[in-house]
Amino acid sequence: MNAAEQTHLQTQQEFLSFVLGQEQYALEITAVKEIRGYEPVTKIANAPDFIKGVLNLRGDIVPIIDLRIKFNIGTPVYNEFTIVIMLNVLNRIVGIVVDGVSDVIRLNDDEIRPPPEFGVAFDSRYLQGLASVEEEMVILVNIESLISSSELGLFDSHNQAGDL
Amino acid sequence: MSIDIEQFHSVFFEESQEHLDNMEQLLMALDVDVPDAEQLNSIFRAAHSIKGGSGIFGFDALGDVTHVMENLLDKARNGVFSMTVETVDLLLEIIDVLKQILEAYRDQSALPEQRINDAKARLEAALAIQQDPASPASETTASSSDDFGFFEHDETVAKSDDDDAFGFFESDVTDKHPPVDVSNNENDGFGFFETAENTDTPVQSVSDDFGFFDAGQKASAASSKAPQAKATVSPIKRDTAQKESSSIRVDTAKIDAMVNQVGELVITQSMLSLIGEQIEGALGEKLQTAISELQRNTREIQESAMSMRMLPINMTFNRFPRVVRDLSSKLNKQVTLKIEGGATEIDKCMIEKLVDPLTHLVRNSIDHGIEMPEVREQSGKAIGGTVVLRAEQKGGSIVISIIDDGAGLSRQRILAKAAENGLSVSEDMPDSDVWQLIFEPGFSTAAEVTDVSGRGVGMDVVRRNIEALGGRIDIESIAGNGSAFHIHLPLTLAIVDGISVSIGEQIFVVPLANIIESIQPTEAQLKRLGNDTLLYIRDQYWPLIAIHELMDVDDAITDPTQGIVVLLESGKQQFGIQVDSLLGQQQVVIKSLEQHYRKVPGISGATIMGDGKVAMILDADAIANQCRPDYQEEMQA
Repeated sequence: MNAAEQTHLQTQQEFLSFVLGQEQYALEITAVKEIRGYEPVTKIANAPDFIKGVLNLRGDIVPIIDLRIKFNIGTPVYNEFTIVIMLNVLNRIVGIVVDGVSDVIRLNDDEIRPPPEFGVAFDSRYLQGLASVEEEMVILVNIESLISSSELGLFDSHNQAGDL
Repeated sequence: MSIDIEQFHSVFFEESQEHLDNMEQLLMALDVDVPDAEQLNSIFRAAHSIKGGSGIFGFDALGDVTHVMENLLDKARNGVFSMTVETVDLLLEIIDVLKQILEAYRDQSALPEQRINDAKARLEAALAIQQDPASPASETTASSSDDFGFFEHDETVAKSDDDDAFGFFESDVTDKHPPVDVSNNENDGFGFFETAENTDTPVQSVSDDFGFFDAGQKASAASSKAPQAKATVSPIKRDTAQKESSSIRVDTAKIDAMVNQVGELVITQSMLSLIGEQIEGALGEKLQTAISELQRNTREIQESAMSMRMLPINMTFNRFPRVVRDLSSKLNKQVTLKIEGGATEIDKCMIEKLVDPLTHLVRNSIDHGIEMPEVREQSGKAIGGTVVLRAEQKGGSIVISIIDDGAGLSRQRILAKAAENGLSVSEDMPDSDVWQLIFEPGFSTAAEVTDVSGRGVGMDVVRRNIEALGGRIDIESIAGNGSAFHIHLPLTLAIVDGISVSIGEQIFVVPLANIIESIQPTEAQLKRLGNDTLLYIRDQYWPLIAIHELMDVDDAITDPTQGIVVLLESGKQQFGIQVDSLLGQQQVVIKSLEQHYRKVPGISGATIMGDGKVAMILDADAIANQCRPDYQEEMQA
């Protein structure tokens, strides 16, 4: 790989944008394993309500969480348009329920602005920044730190690598 | 390049460990008065392989010690050096040192220099003692049987056979000669050799052999020696050659991946069956036939995949002759170890996890169980005690028993100790309950604490380890006659036999091993104590746990008389769980919840049902613990 390609890779990132409520979010596409429709899950006893349960993803027992419930964004409805993004974060598979998946967007580093301190449902430590795509604001989520955070409690305390 | 070499390090460590274990077992089995040539050869070969590998990888300390050891073993197998009990002891100690060195290399920690030098010095001293007094020639004839004396001359030839390059050549030999060689016993073979070849080779060639051997090895099986080797060595070597080629080393992760994939296949197949039932007409019938064929094939594949995880329990048992030998000589007791059912197969994960608990139990049997020879004589027993280590398969579980013919457990001492430790006990407790007391933390009935056992830290750990493997321990003991510890283990950790039950909309799996029976209770059998419900069946009160409350399930049946109560047993706890209905018995593949999520209280894992849905497997032990405090309070009230 030559030097030019390297700088190219460093400066440009691909994101998958998705909709929660009225807002556009995006996460790094390298964390996405697959996208599938919502299907009934098996409930987990005594888990917080945003953890919908687990489902069988080709032999892996994968937890499904609904960020809309966790962060009070929009109304959690489950219909044929509800989408689950399967993420591969820190060697684990986690599914997140979203209202829809819109697009893959490419952003250069200089297009990403620092996240605001308030005004977004997510704590700023789970945010990577803001970007505008076709006049619309997209909130870039740092999915690794969000999924591994103790706030979600998906991981046992000893392996919360991404929790700051 | 250095990276390439390092890839092989772990293989070398693993193989060396196996060689050392093998040497240890062979040494234990060796009869010093009439040493078996093949056994000595095997021991030598193991040492030689380790030395070879150490040379390649530059593990000099390992190579140095094995080199001296190899010298000694070489002389021993040539009959120049006569094995004694002391030598065997020395070699066993050397093996311990080698294990330590191996570990040091593996962990990249400091080498035990002192022990290495000490080991070398002792080996050399042992060699010197037997070499000095007489000339090599007279030593040879004096110390070995006739056959072996001549065998030695053959060694220039036979030794080159130890070279790895000979491996393929040996199998050649097998093809040509097998029937004759098998029927001949060793001595005959050598007798023949003796007359044919052995007329005037100088007897003192022992040390020369050695130099030659090294050279021959580097030349990798010089072809001129090959024909001679064929004639004599094949009957002995054939065994090893075949053993080496009959297995390959596979990463466990690969096997686990395969077991998982096969699990997927089984689920896909049962989904297909469900769909197949809906198709009607001639085509449907054809489909049904094909599906049932598929079903059989998948089941067979599943069985083969599971069997890959299974290893003979001898992998664990084989270390015990050494443990028993060391311990009994230390305690001045005479103990014979009998191993039965070593070929019984058990899940690979369990092999290693069983070592500690079994070692503890065996040590206990020898230390506390078997009496001193004088005591045994007085009570009219054979002076030497016997410890039996037995494994057998009973239905879906493996039972490992440690049986000794010693003094048995002392009921009075245990009860006294329990009272002293503040446990609630009574004189009229049944024996089985008394024996279970020894598993309480901090419990030791040994009159004095020895460095062997008796600190009371062990038995509760033993029980915890066994329970972690999904097993349990029963004790039988008769004062004066001995005691027996029976460890019941599931065949494998990857699948479990269970009953699926429905609670509300959800399906749970209850491990069959925990289930005593299931009943539909009547109102009269239910007793309420505060917030708790007890079930009175067969003169016994069973705490009743409503799983739908514990597992937070909506729309479940809340009235026990409308549902089913499954009576469970876990460790010492007996209790009932209330479910809506029983669905059926099946074998399920256990999947980890922790892999992508976290541990869930009361749940030991999850599984995927025939329709692809996830069902939780109830953890009877955890549920038992949950009801324990209340249970005890009620019992005392």
